[in-house]
Formats: sequence, structure tokens, C-alpha cells
Amino acid sequence: MASLNFSTVNWDEMLQATFDTLKMLGSSAIFTIILGLPLGIVLYLWGRSSQPVVGVIYSVLSFLVNILRSVPFIILMVALIPFTKSIVGTSIGVLGTIPPLVVGAAPFFARLVETALREVDRGVIEAAQGMGASTTQIVTRVLLPEARPGLLSGVTITVVTLVAYTAMSGMVGGGGLGDLAIRYGYYRYEKEVMIISVALMVLLVQLLQMAGDRLVKHFSRK
Amino acid sequence: MIELKGLTKVYGKGKKAATALSQLNLSIKKGEIFGVIGHSGAGKSTLIRCINLLERPTKGEVWVDGIDLTKLTQGQLQQKRRKIGMIFQHFNLLSSATVFDNIAFPLRLTGASQESIQSKVRELLKLVGLEDHWNKYPAQLSGGQKQRVGVARALASDPDVLLCDEATSALDPQTTDSILRLLLDINQRFNLTIVLITHEMHVIQSICDRVAVIHGGGIVEQGDVTEVFLKPKHEITREFIRSETQNDGPLRAAINAPHPESSKAVKITFLGQKTYESTLSNVVKETGVIFAILQGTISTIKDVPYGQLIVRFEGPSEAIQETISKLLAEGLDVEVMD
Ligand SMILES: Nc1ncnc2c1ncn2[C@@H]1O[C@H](COP(=O)(O)OP(=O)(O)OP(=O)(O)O)[C@@H](O)[C@H]1O
Ligand SMILES: [Mg+2]
Repeated sequence: MASLNFSTVNWDEMLQATFDTLKMLGSSAIFTIILGLPLGIVLYLWGRSSQPVVGVIYSVLSFLVNILRSVPFIILMVALIPFTKSIVGTSIGVLGTIPPLVVGAAPFFARLVETALREVDRGVIEAAQGMGASTTQIVTRVLLPEARPGLLSGVTITVVTLVAYTAMSGMVGGGGLGDLAIRYGYYRYEKEVMIISVALMVLLVQLLQMAGDRLVKHFSRK
Repeated sequence: MIELKGLTKVYGKGKKAATALSQLNLSIKKGEIFGVIGHSGAGKSTLIRCINLLERPTKGEVWVDGIDLTKLTQGQLQQKRRKIGMIFQHFNLLSSATVFDNIAFPLRLTGASQESIQSKVRELLKLVGLEDHWNKYPAQLSGGQKQRVGVARALASDPDVLLCDEATSALDPQTTDSILRLLLDINQRFNLTIVLITHEMHVIQSICDRVAVIHGGGIVEQGDVTEVFLKPKHEITREFIRSETQNDGPLRAAINAPHPESSKAVKITFLGQKTYESTLSNVVKETGVIFAILQGTISTIKDVPYGQLIVRFEGPSEAIQETISKLLAEGLDVEVMD
């Protein structure tokens, strides 16, 4: 193994790649939550409905979510290129990676939301119903606050998963740390860049997980 | 106030169908504390949950304050439910909200103003004796304190009716008593109608005015607590009362112990003021009968004193007969035991 020489590393490029990763991560996380949270709530509500029609709609929706979750992200990304172009006008660069990241992560997050909501004590929901709360009030005043620790850990898991997805998006020219690692480390055998890129991603995941755990702990009242 | 007509509840469909309540009728008056007692699985929870339609009856009508709830739209029902408070065996408080916010919950649902919430919650905290705990989370409270929060929350929207589903079953005896006293207090203060279900006779005995005994999805006996408690007719009712008083082995032994030929064991029941009067002693002085006490109890049902004395009268049989007639004439209840 050749000795490592970090002096050749282009730090400007590294910094730019880090920013790109953070940008991708931040925007895709926000859109994932914006889409996934309502989807998860709808899954939860429809999944418990006693009306047969709603039961069927739930099954269909649930099936669609499962399909999106089972397609490997790298394939989803390629398959979505036309869709991505139609939405953000390009399928490469930071902007081009956001739609596939969101489409890949939102169903995953929605399932985590559904699971977290199911953990809420039925008795508390009934008490609220008994006090005359509407479904909307039950969602906003009972389900979401009571499930907050579960939702926060769902967000953490999703964002960490998104870090891995952004790295993969580098393969199709998405930019960011994953792109850097592949271009230098894999195609040009410049291990140094790859090592630093990967180390930065590991650090990012660690920080996210720690922050998430903190928040969950802060909001746990049980 | 509350009128249940032909209430039937069937869970499940087809082969798995289970009838929890069948053709049940019940009428509860304004301002009374009405108890429903029954064994596990008798249908108590189903019954009380039908009153605010947390459980929709399969058949029958639920009238509260002159309105048949089963005919209301979802929105109308939500309005109506605000006037029906409920407390639960497992409290069902929001674990993510403080005591204050839990009590404020029903007020915020109606969009009450910040000031009115503040003053109402303060008042309720005082009523249930939790002024110092307003900022705690339910996990930091004892069971009795949690139930006090539950009571305060149920009262926040000034309900006409309070439903209590086994509200004291998760509490120890002292705490149970303090919660029961609180319920009695709010019943008297606000003339609030209370419906409570329980499997413990002493809960009924402590605070209820009337009681219904539920068994197999139907009511087998109902009436004033004094009546039902002192003269139970149905076997299930007797069972509940026996489990409350001491077992009757020693009494049987006392009745069967060697005794004179001409004698009679009787149970005399005193109710109200008569409990404290010397009727028995006056009557036997007149008739010349003597007696041995085999067993005796003096206690109260809600706030009505009662006494039960099991004695063996000895003397000529006509004299014993005369004694019994005189006791009956004095308004006491006499039951021959052998
Ligand atoms: N959601 C349900 N689905 C099916 N059956 C039910 C349901 N809830 C209650 N039952 C059945 O209805 C009957 C009455 O139940 P209910 O909960 O009213 O009894 P209970 O008197 O409250 O008993 P406990 O003292 O154990 O709480 C029982 O046989 C029970 O198995
Ligand atoms: Mg029950």
C-alpha cells in the first residue's frame, strides 16, 4: 500500500463538496418531512378506519409506499430522471438530486411516522374523543405531541439514511462528498480524498445521531 | 337526565359476534350518584362508554338531557360530549403535557381565551388539591394525584354528567376513599350527575344513591342502595355483598350451636335514626323474651346509618311471635334465619 499524502488534497473542492452535501441533505430532509408527515398521518388514520372503503384505499396506499421503499435508491434515481427534469429542470447537480432523495425517503419516513403514532396510548385518544375533540384536534393536540419522541427518532433515522443516499447520488453526478469520494478514490485512485470524504460523512452521521438522541431524550416524559 | 332504551351492543360480526349488552333499559336522575356494579366481562365498560357514544350501540337509544345522542351528526355529538365528563381507570392523561395543560385541554378545544383558561384551571387545581403540582408531568405524580388531574380535566368544561369507568380500581384503599370523597363533594357542590361503574361493593356503599347490578349484559337488580344492599334479591347481588362483609361460616356455626327448643334466630335490620334507638330493648322488656347476640354490624350507607343484628330469641313461642310483630310494627326489618 502506497503511503498517503494529504498535501495534494484540494481543500477548496472538499469544502465545496461538504456544503453541497449539507445543502442536499437539508433541502431533501425538509421536503421529506413536509411530504412524509402528512402521508404517515393519513396512513395511521386510514389504517384504523372501520369503513371498508377506507380500508381498501389504505391497502392501495400502503402497497404504493412499500413499492417505493423496496426499489433500490440508485435505480429509483435513474428511473426518476424524466420526472426530476420536469420538476427542477435538471437531473444533475445538487438540485437534480433533491427530487429522487425526497421520493426515496418520504415513504420511508411516512412508515416511521405511522409506527410512532400507533404507539400512542389508545386510552388518551379516547379521552380526547370523549371531550369532544375533532379528528384534526386529535391529530394536532394528542397524536403529534404524544408521539413527539418517536417522531424525532424517526426524523433522525431518516436524515441519517439520507446521508447515505446523498453519497449514492454522487454516482450520477449529484455532487457532494459522495461524488468526490467516487471520482477521486474510485476512478483516480486518490485514496486521500476518499478517506477524508468518508470521514466527514461518518462525522456528519455521528453528529446527527447525537443531536437526535438528545432531542428524543429531552421530549420523553414517560 | 340519562335514559338508556333497549340498549344492545354486539361486538364483531357473524360467527365471532359477541353480545355485550342486550335490550338494557336504565334511567338515571339529575343530581344523583348512580352506581353500576358487575363482575368482569358483565358489560360495565361497554355500558358506560355507550353513554357518551365512545362505543356506538348496535341498537337502542341513548338520551342525555333530552337529546338522543345516537341521532346526532358527528359535529353535534362533539358539542354534546363537552357536557359529559369522563374519568378512567388508567387516567388517560396526556403524558407530554403538564398538569396545567392537561386540565386546560378541554378548554383549548373550544378556543377559550387565555385569561379564562388561567382562572378556570387555577380554580380546578384548588378544588382537587393540586395547586403545587401544576407544572409537573403525569409521570411525576402518584396514582391518586393523576386521578385528581383526571377529575379536574373532566370538570373543566362544566359538564352536567360525569362518567367514571372504574375510576378507583387502580388505587389503594386510602387513595380510593379520598377520590370517592372528592366525587361526593363535587356531586353536592355542583349538583353534578355521576355515573360510576365498579366491581367493588364498598364504592357503591360509600357514595352512591342508587345502584344497578349488571350481569350477562343485562340489569338483574336495581334500586336505592340501602334497599339493594340490605335486602338483596338476586344471587349475584348477594354475592357482592357477602364478599364485602365477613364470610358467613362463623354465623352459620353460631346459629347451629346448641340452643333451647323454643327459640328463634332472626336478623333485625335498623335503618336511619332507628339504628341508634333502644327499640329492641324496649320490646323485649314488654314481651319478656330474652336474647343472645350472634352477630352485629353498625355502619353507614353513603350517609345513612344502618345496623344489622342477628340474635336468638328465647322464650315461649307466642312471646317470640309477639316480639317479632312488635319489631315490625316499629318499622324494623326482621328475617327469620332458622
Ligand atoms: N372491543 C371489543 N371487541 C370485542 N368484544 C368486546 C370488546 N369490548 C368488550 N368486549 C366483550 O364484551 C363483554 C363485556 O365487556 P366489558 O368490557 O363491557 O366488561 P366489563 O364489565 O367492563 O369488565 P371488566 O370489569 O373486566 O372491565 C366481554 O365479554 C368482552 O369480551
Ligand atoms: Mg371494564
